[in-house]
Amino acid sequence: MDTLFSGITLLAQWDVLVALVIGSIGGVIIGALPGVGPAVAIAILLPATFAFEPLVGLTLLLGIYGSSMYGGAIPAILINTPGTPVNALTTYDGYPMTKRGQGHRALSLAYTASFFGGIFSVVCLIVLSPLLALIAPHFGSREIFLAAFMGILLVVVAHRGQTFAAGMLACLGIFLNTVGLEPVKYTRRFTFEQSWLTSGFDLIVVVLGLFAISQAFLLLIEKDHAPENTHVEGSMFAGVKELLGIKRIASVSSSLGVLMGMIPGVGEFTAQFLSYTYAQKSSKEPEKFGDGSPEGLVASEAANNAVPGAAMIPLLALGIPGEALTAMMLSVFYVHNVIPGPQLFEQQLDFVMALYVALILLNVIVLVFLLFSTNLLLKIIQIPTRFLGIMILTLSFIGVYSLRNSITDCAVAAGFGVFGLILKRLNLPIVPIILGMVLGGIMEVKLRSAMAAVKTPIDFISRPIAAIIFVMIIGILILHIRTLIIEYKERRRPEPVGPDYEHSSQQG
Amino acid sequence: MSKIKVFQDLFQRYRRPGDQVFAVAFLLFALFLLSQLGAQTDTVKRTKWFGQPSLWPSIAVWGMVVFGGFHALSVVVSPRLPGRWKEVVFWLRSLEYVLYFLVYVVLVPLSGYLPTTLAFTLFLALRAGFRSWQALGLSVFFGLCVAVIFRGFLQVKIPAGRVYEYLPDTIRAFALTYL
Repeated sequence: MDTLFSGITLLAQWDVLVALVIGSIGGVIIGALPGVGPAVAIAILLPATFAFEPLVGLTLLLGIYGSSMYGGAIPAILINTPGTPVNALTTYDGYPMTKRGQGHRALSLAYTASFFGGIFSVVCLIVLSPLLALIAPHFGSREIFLAAFMGILLVVVAHRGQTFAAGMLACLGIFLNTVGLEPVKYTRRFTFEQSWLTSGFDLIVVVLGLFAISQAFLLLIEKDHAPENTHVEGSMFAGVKELLGIKRIASVSSSLGVLMGMIPGVGEFTAQFLSYTYAQKSSKEPEKFGDGSPEGLVASEAANNAVPGAAMIPLLALGIPGEALTAMMLSVFYVHNVIPGPQLFEQQLDFVMALYVALILLNVIVLVFLLFSTNLLLKIIQIPTRFLGIMILTLSFIGVYSLRNSITDCAVAAGFGVFGLILKRLNLPIVPIILGMVLGGIMEVKLRSAMAAVKTPIDFISRPIAAIIFVMIIGILILHIRTLIIEYKERRRPEPVGPDYEHSSQQG
Repeated sequence: MSKIKVFQDLFQRYRRPGDQVFAVAFLLFALFLLSQLGAQTDTVKRTKWFGQPSLWPSIAVWGMVVFGGFHALSVVVSPRLPGRWKEVVFWLRSLEYVLYFLVYVVLVPLSGYLPTTLAFTLFLALRAGFRSWQALGLSVFFGLCVAVIFRGFLQVKIPAGRVYEYLPDTIRAFALTYL
């Protein structure tokens, strides 16, 4: 309890609160703009946050991360266009409700379900924190290596139907991280005698290129369009009462969101998949799913919004980011010499608590903002996509150039921008590259330090936590192979069909 | 049941035109890296395998070759999708904006952040097809806001333009610090 209060004290500074409000409301607007996701916004803002205190910078980024999915639900429900890729499922039940003249009911349900998911995850984490503080110190080098490996493995197998592509892109990420001067033996790796390659590829330059600059290019080249003018009428508070009638689905979906958020390499898509499937199977009216079922809407939104809080667990407790957004946040820690990991959880639990309280506050700020300002937001998001492209490209320059005033960095980022554009056009995932870069670096360092104490291969998994993670890795592999065999037998593998309305592989 | 089927479809990924070109190009790049593995990484004496600088590049490059190989194989044996080269042309069209971006990057330290940004946003707005005074004015206003907020207010590290040296004394110091 003391740590909770000292966490609240840490938050009670004007700059942290301003960052929280700007992050929360900015995140909603960014999420509501189709074409700009939280990843683009976080990538752009990342270098600017380096000048702030770690808590200020992280609160700003966390605000964007935690609130963007609230905003993404608005165009998903009203105009059948998900604001962020993870809101794609919301269109399934949200838009049919709008067509039936229940737009306000769908929005209200989505907001309250999101709020429920967000708060549920933070409460779980606050309750779990003492337990995590006990377990985290037992994570040594080999456990962190295995957890990072599991993250890579999961991000590859989670891209169903694209396992090979995700695998090759994760390996590309690991490769990019190795380029340059090796930090222990000081040998050059893949520098091709080029001085600009000696310092390697900066994660932020790559992230800005792949997420932000690529999106700018895409928006500038593609046909210009703007979200249609729409208006929502009716009480926005109807869903609050209605959610109480669907609290079982909201609770299970939020729990799945927490669980999936905690596992590196998984995240919103898997949480949604599981919760939606659960909701449909346990519903009295499964036939309504996909045709405006409030249960489906709640399952999707509650699961989504439970993930950001939980995703902070592996980041803070182990220093392992589970997806691209937390991977970006990791660099904020590094810049300020705050090393996330067991020690942070053990020694600076108040800092962790401050982040959790910030998550609660951001959910409250966003809910209040949305209940009163949805129509205002609908006006703001009518920015033509090409104009958005101009804005993103202009802002991306600041992100890349302010790092070290390097023209080379800008050229490299532009190169990754073109690469990111190709990946987005082909609907190939970008996240494995980022996770490969970050987790590859962690695996290299941790393997080296872990092996110093390992005499025989079995030593590597002789400790209980290492053994558990190892069993999980084997389990994931067996399950994946089993799924492939079942799919093969049932001939349900993805057919090579041309472009159609499809699930996006992109995050953010 | 049909809804469940549709739901499964939502989580499946589909191929798109141009995937063969990308898959083959990626595999060729991976094979090139593999051919350079010995020359571009060192094996250090008296160092165990897990400390070798060449270990992780080898894992990564072999991974790229194996996964890239299977990916290319799965794409090549699939039916060809029409519009492959049209898609490649779309990718190449982004190079135009790469050029604009790099010109902007080169000009900022010379002509100053604020003026270059105003010119850049206005130029891009014109290039993107905006012609109304309102849209063009908004693009300039956006450029102004960005420059003032990031360089003037947040003091983000962007060097002052060389042209500012030629400004009158009264505004030179201000321009060097805030514009």
